[in-house]
Amino acid sequence: MINEFILALPLLLIAIGSILVLMLDAATRNKQIVYYTSILVLLGLGISAGYTLQFDVAIIAQADKTISANTIFYGGMSAVFDIIFAMGGLLTLFASREYLQRNYKEINECYSLVLLAVVGMVVIAHSNSLIMLFLGVELMSIVFYILTGFFRNREHALEAALKYFILGSFASGFLLYGIALIYGSTGSLILSDISQQIASGNYNSIYLSIGLGLMTVGLCFKVAAFPFHQWAPDVYYGSPTAISGFLCTSGKAAALVALVVVAKNVLSVETSNVNYLLESTTARNILAGISACTMIIGNLSALAQKNVKRMLAYSSVAHAGYILMGIVACSTEGFYAVAFYCAVYLFMQVGAFAIVGFIEFRDEGNMLISDYADLRTTHPALAAAMACFMLSLAGIPPFGGFFGKYFLFVAAIKSGYLWLTLIAVVASIISMYFYIGLILTMYFKNNENPINVGKMQGTKLTVALSIIGVILLGIMPNVFYGLFNFTF
Amino acid sequence: MQAIPMEFYLILSGILFTIGVIGVLTRRNAIIIFMSIELMLNSVNLSLVTFSSFMGDAAGEIFVFFVMAVAAAESAVGLAVILALFRKKQTVDVDKINLIKW
Amino acid sequence: MLTDFGIILLFLIISVLFVGAGLVTAALLRPSRPNPVKNSTYECGEHPWGGSWVRFNPRFYVIALVFLVFDVELVLLFPWAVVFKDLGWFAFLAMLVFFAVLVVGLAYDWAKGYLEWDKPSPQTPKLEDLVLPKKIFHKQQKDS
Repeated sequence: MINEFILALPLLLIAIGSILVLMLDAATRNKQIVYYTSILVLLGLGISAGYTLQFDVAIIAQADKTISANTIFYGGMSAVFDIIFAMGGLLTLFASREYLQRNYKEINECYSLVLLAVVGMVVIAHSNSLIMLFLGVELMSIVFYILTGFFRNREHALEAALKYFILGSFASGFLLYGIALIYGSTGSLILSDISQQIASGNYNSIYLSIGLGLMTVGLCFKVAAFPFHQWAPDVYYGSPTAISGFLCTSGKAAALVALVVVAKNVLSVETSNVNYLLESTTARNILAGISACTMIIGNLSALAQKNVKRMLAYSSVAHAGYILMGIVACSTEGFYAVAFYCAVYLFMQVGAFAIVGFIEFRDEGNMLISDYADLRTTHPALAAAMACFMLSLAGIPPFGGFFGKYFLFVAAIKSGYLWLTLIAVVASIISMYFYIGLILTMYFKNNENPINVGKMQGTKLTVALSIIGVILLGIMPNVFYGLFNFTF
Repeated sequence: MQAIPMEFYLILSGILFTIGVIGVLTRRNAIIIFMSIELMLNSVNLSLVTFSSFMGDAAGEIFVFFVMAVAAAESAVGLAVILALFRKKQTVDVDKINLIKW
Repeated sequence: MLTDFGIILLFLIISVLFVGAGLVTAALLRPSRPNPVKNSTYECGEHPWGGSWVRFNPRFYVIALVFLVFDVELVLLFPWAVVFKDLGWFAFLAMLVFFAVLVVGLAYDWAKGYLEWDKPSPQTPKLEDLVLPKKIFHKQQKDS
């Protein structure tokens, strides 16, 4: 029998740690201490999550869960996502420090806010109750509203924050209504109980169908999937560049893990109730449609962009579409693929945003694609790194992005969604155009006024770690994939 | 003694939610949009309490407390954002807040 | 016997009656002497002028936001307090943790100086600064 406190170690560490960082921030004027404590806390989260990963899911299932009243899911998938979120937080911290120092002096709050957002994400990944799911989503979103408007004397940032706030809380309303109807239909907020009720056909099918629909709308809003993706590019463009990387990787992964949690417990359940309006296949077909539109629209809009940051923002919409394929597949394999792609996507997108932040000149200069021309001669290392990330985002073989897409495609085909896979292939071919286009600009175009960037050690660390991650996941994906054998 | 059926509460909550949604979509003042969002959250609270009391299960009512706390935190952040934007632009009309376009 | 609908109707009728009766009695009892001053915004004689969007001291907003958050957390404390006796030590400890988090929030605001108000520094008049020369002052004091 495992003690519940050991299983809850990642949650406890990050929750206490984030409050500790907040207190340190108030207590001392020394910014170094706050920064390094935040890094330590995130490292602790990753290590403790890795520690709980060793326990078999079957053993965890038997553990005594009286303290959390079965509202929290331990180990397995949630531990894998803990590690992903810890990594995302770390890369963001490294990249954001100098970026903020260069643009703005007020930096300590940023670290505690990033940690609090990670708490929200971890709570989502661990939720076995719709209450926890909602609280996690809200904790994360509220922190994101603040982080988006962090440069509070820039009009762009404030405007993005207001847009994000209005649309985000609008979406939370839908999510909440969906939760209320699911609760009314099945009589429980605990997800494992809900799936039992559905399996036994003991629920009100109208409430459940509407509830699931509303919840999907709310979560698709947070993921920035097709009909609800309009806010995403504006927000990612308006927020500080180091933070945009965090929003569109870790934030997106957290919203996707919320969808995974719901799909695992509700969609994948076979029901004996004949009156179920939105039974599994219908719901999955709707999701498949959303996923297909998201990929196509995201990539087509990215094609038209002249600003690198906006291009990456639109391409992140398209990547959400790819990852949704794993949820459409709704199989264990699909969920593995979601986790794998989230990890790879984290490395490549945070790395790319770190470079954009590196090159960005005061007050949003140097952000057009044409500014990147001839980066090869002025900053060869940066150009090479950016080329790596672009190739990985486009899904070219030696890098992790290829295997991420491969696993997603395999999972979708195995669940009978060949048409979705074909659309995804077409979408990634479209995306090659602008990813490769940036590489061509960097390597084969002349620039009359070549850009010059200052020294940023932490950002270099982020870029280096991201490259290592992208290449490692690309040349030996089985190592990471092997982790999943005893999860879920 | 004829009790009020559960559907009536749910319909009321649905109507309130719809009023909130329409308010968000049609009004142009950021503060009023914000009030409409609060209306949406509170209408959901009504249906949660309804389900909870008709099923005799306390979980829904507990959830309502959490939703209230979350709504308060959200309104604190939202008002701060609106205030910061007002100081910058001297307006809270969302049609005039249109710097970022593609 | 009333149905639940009947109770609601009764509530409606009573609330309309309550307000209506108050208005009607007031209309019957009060003297009627209309004059322009009574139509102004503030009957006490304050004349409103300028726009209503004047800049307040931003500290008002900060205090209001702090209050907003801590005020609503009370909603979580209240049900706990009602059934406190039946819950035992575990609930007490859980609430202590919750309370500790709130206190940390308050301490953060305090340490960051968000609760500080610009205190007026009143200058107490000193004897030397008085207009009257000291001698005359003391003489006057003595005389009176």
